[in-house]
Amino acid sequence: MSLKILTEHCSTPGIETLEVYRKKGGYTAVEKALKKMTPDEVVEEVKKSGVRGRGGAGFPMGMKWSFLAKPEGVPRYLVCNADESEPGTFKDHYLMKTIPHLLVEGMIISSYALGANKSFIYVRGELMYVIRILEKAIEEAKAAGFLGKNILGSGYDLELVVQPGGGAYICGEETALLESLEGKRGNPRNKPPFPAVKGLYQSPTVVNNVESIATVSWIVNNGGEAYAAVGVGKSTGTKLISASGHINKPGVYEIELGLSCDEFLNSDEYCGGVRTGHRLKAVVAGGSSVPIVPGSLFLKNANGEDRLMSYESLSDGGFATGTMLGSGGFIVFDETACIVRNTWNFSRFYEHESCGQCSPCREGTGWMQKVLNRIEHGKGSMSDIDLLVDVSKKIEGNTICPLGDAAAWPVASAIRHFRDEFEWHIKHPLEATKPGAVYAGAVLV
Amino acid sequence: MTENNNIVFTPERLAKVQEIIARYPEGRQKSALLPVLHLAQEQFAWMSQGVMDYVASLLSIKPVEVYEVASFYTMFHLEPVGKHVIEYCRTGPCVLMGGEEVFSHLQQKLGIKKGETTADGLFTLKEVECLAACGWGPCFQIREKYYMHLNNQKVDEIIEELSK
Ligand SMILES: Cc1cc2nc3c(=O)[nH]c(=O)nc-3n(C[C@H](O)[C@H](O)[C@H](O)COP(=O)(O)O)c2cc1C
Ligand code: SF4
Ligand code: FES
Repeated sequence: MSLKILTEHCSTPGIETLEVYRKKGGYTAVEKALKKMTPDEVVEEVKKSGVRGRGGAGFPMGMKWSFLAKPEGVPRYLVCNADESEPGTFKDHYLMKTIPHLLVEGMIISSYALGANKSFIYVRGELMYVIRILEKAIEEAKAAGFLGKNILGSGYDLELVVQPGGGAYICGEETALLESLEGKRGNPRNKPPFPAVKGLYQSPTVVNNVESIATVSWIVNNGGEAYAAVGVGKSTGTKLISASGHINKPGVYEIELGLSCDEFLNSDEYCGGVRTGHRLKAVVAGGSSVPIVPGSLFLKNANGEDRLMSYESLSDGGFATGTMLGSGGFIVFDETACIVRNTWNFSRFYEHESCGQCSPCREGTGWMQKVLNRIEHGKGSMSDIDLLVDVSKKIEGNTICPLGDAAAWPVASAIRHFRDEFEWHIKHPLEATKPGAVYAGAVLV
Repeated sequence: MTENNNIVFTPERLAKVQEIIARYPEGRQKSALLPVLHLAQEQFAWMSQGVMDYVASLLSIKPVEVYEVASFYTMFHLEPVGKHVIEYCRTGPCVLMGGEEVFSHLQQKLGIKKGETTADGLFTLKEVECLAACGWGPCFQIREKYYMHLNNQKVDEIIEELSK
């Protein structure tokens, strides 16, 4: 069994209560941080840990924290991003509903480190039942003196607020999230200014993912170096991977970064292999926004070396042959999956979720969706394939926020690796549109 | 369903609104908009103009500030809905788990298509995007409850239970 930093106690009955959580060592990190460490010392440990943001972009958390502006007399805010809406991603949902105090404890220590006296957890509105679980945990923590005024006699005050979203993927983008938290539409802001300087209510703000913040207690208890000793290279620590699609054991798994991709997919400790009786066709390793790759390129890189579940190894080969760890939304496709249909499904998602502020994204996502719809339904022409590539290139890099790129990459990568399948749909519309029809020419593992 | 003509929160919800406003810094009561819209939908089922105007008055903001927000976020119903609103996930991972087949069955079972409400006003069927339950799909949500690992038989049982 590998090290479980976040999920060790997840199957303990009653772990959602403060009582059981404390019996398992919960809240000792708050005591240690507030009584024995200065805020800067906490930041220093997080820096040493090398932990990278778990929301998708993988930016070093300690570095982000040290960028926070600290003008005199201006409040600072910590906002936890629990919007989790990237298709394939359901790890934060699992963590919050199972062990809510892990997030609450992480929020207390992180807020202390950043000097925030009011912090927010922004949860996608659909997860109202999880919001109620978190609110209960917060009440328990308050009653036990871990929140409120003068926490544990340290002189530090903190109020923790859980805020519901309203159903909008774009509010996971950090500046859209801040707009939403101010009671507005979720339109991403132009950067600069960055949230570290002007964020919530125009004040310096740090936005971090649920899983990122949940690591902080362990780092404080065990030290940043101990965290950095886990994992591989610049991919330190553990990562939650939410696995779905055609595998025997869908679910949320905590892995040590650097685990081999083959072991993650095929061992019984994790996914338990591709659905029994089927063969691996393709993998989306880190949420719908990252490039889709054929199964063979997921297991081994272009040089034939085993791929590892780490930021570097998964992206090895760049866009030509690699993918990304992203949010850890791991989606597996066997030979029964139609890549064209899936690509159309994802592009419909991005068209639906585009906030509409920039024309390349607003028009481009709509256009890609229409063209893909046409191909999927037997009405495509050969020039449509290049048209899709062209539109995806015009979106990429030309928008206010990264949703544009996120919409372009799945389309571009599907065509890069599965062009034959698109062509088959166009050349054989009658065959391709039969219910359940799939292209038989794909290379399977 | 007709326009609500007596739009007032219950005393409990009115107290809750004050509690919510107090969470934010002075003068930032607009931050309460999403939580208060959720409270409003809980009580009034959908966002009629009257409901939105009421929310605006509670938060001392302009009605248009409420309209533009309520129409941006997909969880708020801008039209009357049935007693149970089924929000069915249509996104890729759930599709891989058999989501499209189960959705066809659900439409047949209810005798309606997506976006419609049954004649008895019991069910409205909506398609939504990924609900962050991809490995537990196919799934749908009714109010706060998630229904996961769906198959045709489970769908029948849920609908029959809710039809009682
Ligand atoms: C369209 C879009 C959606 C995003 N959704 C999420 C999300 O649901 N959760 C999340 O933590 N980060 C999401 N992000 C990334 C955030 O903008 C931000 O980088 C992250 O919350 C920072 O936290 P981290 O450094 O701890 O990962 C999204 C980004 C984009 C562009
Ligand atoms: S890239 Fe798309 S989602 Fe992002 S700001 Fe522009 S239009 Fe909105
Ligand atoms: S795809 Fe259905 S919950 Fe994510």
